[in-house]
Amino acid sequence: MNTLEKEKNYQVDEQGYYGDFGGAFIPEMLYPNVEELRSQYIQIMEEPSFQKEFKELLKDYVGRPTPLYFAERFSKKYGAKIYLKREDLCHTGAHKVNNTIGQILMAKRLGKNRIIAETGAGQHGVATATVCALMGLECVVYMGAIDIKRQAPNVARMKMLGATVKSAESGSKTLKDATNEAIRDWINNPVDTHYIIGSVVGPHPYPDMVARFQAVISEETKKQLLEKEGQENPDYVVACVGGGSNAAGLYYHYLNQPEVGIIAVEAAGKGVDSGESAATSALGREGIIHGSKTLLMQTDDGQITEPYSISAGLDYPGVGPMHANLYRSGRGEFISVTDEDAMKAGIELSKLEGIIPAIETSHALAIFETRKFKKDDVIVINLSGRGDKDLNTYIEYFNL
Amino acid sequence: MNRIQLKLKEDKKLLSLYFTAGYPKIEDTRTILSQLQDSGVDMVEIGLPFSDPLADGPTIQASSTKALQNGMTTEKLFSQLEGVRDEIHIPLIVMGYFNPMLQYGVEKFCKRCQEIGIDGIIMPDLPLAEYENNYKAIFEKYGLLNVFLITPQTSDGRIKAIDNASDGFIYMVSSASTTGGTDGFSNETATYFERIASMNLKNEQVVGFGISDAQSFQDATQYQKGAIIGSAFIKHITAHGASSVSDFVKQIR
Repeated sequence: MNTLEKEKNYQVDEQGYYGDFGGAFIPEMLYPNVEELRSQYIQIMEEPSFQKEFKELLKDYVGRPTPLYFAERFSKKYGAKIYLKREDLCHTGAHKVNNTIGQILMAKRLGKNRIIAETGAGQHGVATATVCALMGLECVVYMGAIDIKRQAPNVARMKMLGATVKSAESGSKTLKDATNEAIRDWINNPVDTHYIIGSVVGPHPYPDMVARFQAVISEETKKQLLEKEGQENPDYVVACVGGGSNAAGLYYHYLNQPEVGIIAVEAAGKGVDSGESAATSALGREGIIHGSKTLLMQTDDGQITEPYSISAGLDYPGVGPMHANLYRSGRGEFISVTDEDAMKAGIELSKLEGIIPAIETSHALAIFETRKFKKDDVIVINLSGRGDKDLNTYIEYFNL
Repeated sequence: MNRIQLKLKEDKKLLSLYFTAGYPKIEDTRTILSQLQDSGVDMVEIGLPFSDPLADGPTIQASSTKALQNGMTTEKLFSQLEGVRDEIHIPLIVMGYFNPMLQYGVEKFCKRCQEIGIDGIIMPDLPLAEYENNYKAIFEKYGLLNVFLITPQTSDGRIKAIDNASDGFIYMVSSASTTGGTDGFSNETATYFERIASMNLKNEQVVGFGISDAQSFQDATQYQKGAIIGSAFIKHITAHGASSVSDFVKQIR
């Protein structure tokens, strides 16, 4: 570790860039909304009344802090000290709610009374519908037509919570297209509507704002690891990356601590070179999607490629600009995992630890088959969500 | 002087039409251009299709999807437009999204536009600050006017900044909407048209979004220099084919 490396800043700069990536490439129709948010989000987040309300809701409504669990049998099998940050125990079943609680409080302070969101696996849609119910705000969730079919329980949850689920019928009919539709809705409703983006993607300030809300994960991890291991820092933090919000949350307080290895796990789908993949770092080039410059799967002509993963939450052709920068700078190690390996890892964790993970998370768990660690390495994996929503996929895949 | 600037000096209200290159058929681009000129259209926006067009409504998005399925690419469009200035003399603007331009290479893209005789570019997702910091010098080197959008929500201060950064016309989006999202104008829209006219901007304004017939064209040009029609025209050629362009234009004026 040299001094330069120590001083390197992996956080966003004033123009909304992480190194070469980020910015706000948005049509003028969105400029006032995004500018309103950009000019106020830090100030609002730092207000004591905001912090108090945010922390109380995280504690009493979400159920934070989530445990940092030492996975003994899993650790034994793979010969390292593996901890699971149990975001699956959050209300609504995944880390997504940390961000939606924060953004709904933000929306209220901005005077918005209508909320829109996009969702892939449905976890962010459920988390958004939940906080809208909590605050009594109208909620419209865009979801790709294909995802609506493969994530039926989450669609039902959103409806129970009072949200309107709108089907995105264009393109690949998955997360990318749901995001396009949500952005279009925002263009058509610029005054009363706040768009709760679910990942660290989109125009500045979204990647930074979402990362700050999710940073509660690394903040807790530091304290909990100090209690359990006598040190704040693990040797590695590991998370799956679609857009990358659970990863951003786990990495946040470790970004500028080079002694902590950052491992990002992407969905290889049926194989990186199979033509059916969502492994952006391997297949992407610098480009612009949903308002930010990042790594993006695209054709030579700049048309965005339709990604594929068995996991709806990772089925996205880009990554957030923070992650693109971690990749390009070499600060993050990027690994891609196939559908098959992820599914096996999901079953394995279920049997070894009694925890059924979301298929997104199973990708992160699958790296131990190929990535070797030292016996005394302390590794924290973000267990980003629970697998209830994926039962049908597990059942079909393994003939359970 | 650029063809757009010359056209803006003419003592008439300008009618500009948008169409998606390579739609309905891949080789329709030149046919439609010729017919638009012959029908007396003042200016044309040639849409470079994009897979994920954030500012477009269903009609233009569907035309882009079809054009891409037809095989339209940036290079294909440029090759179709090769020699276009032998027959087309009205101002031509390329309208698209920034990612295809970025992938082609911004400088290479601008150079090709200059060689072909393109006069201006509209990239709705290339914002003012990004343009000024990174791309303005390149656009200017190749004599291309960059047209910025404003909306009813754009602040007066920002409108002035956009006016300062422009050298042709300002694209006035008529209301908060994606393309083809509205039909006719409200009183609120009329107030917006008047407000912008009274700002005495150095650039003329051309209104787009929500113009579909003679009435909306007249309303839009009561205070502003011209108007742009996109979705309604795409709907027309979807229903009647590329050879029916003049029928549509006749309905407008």
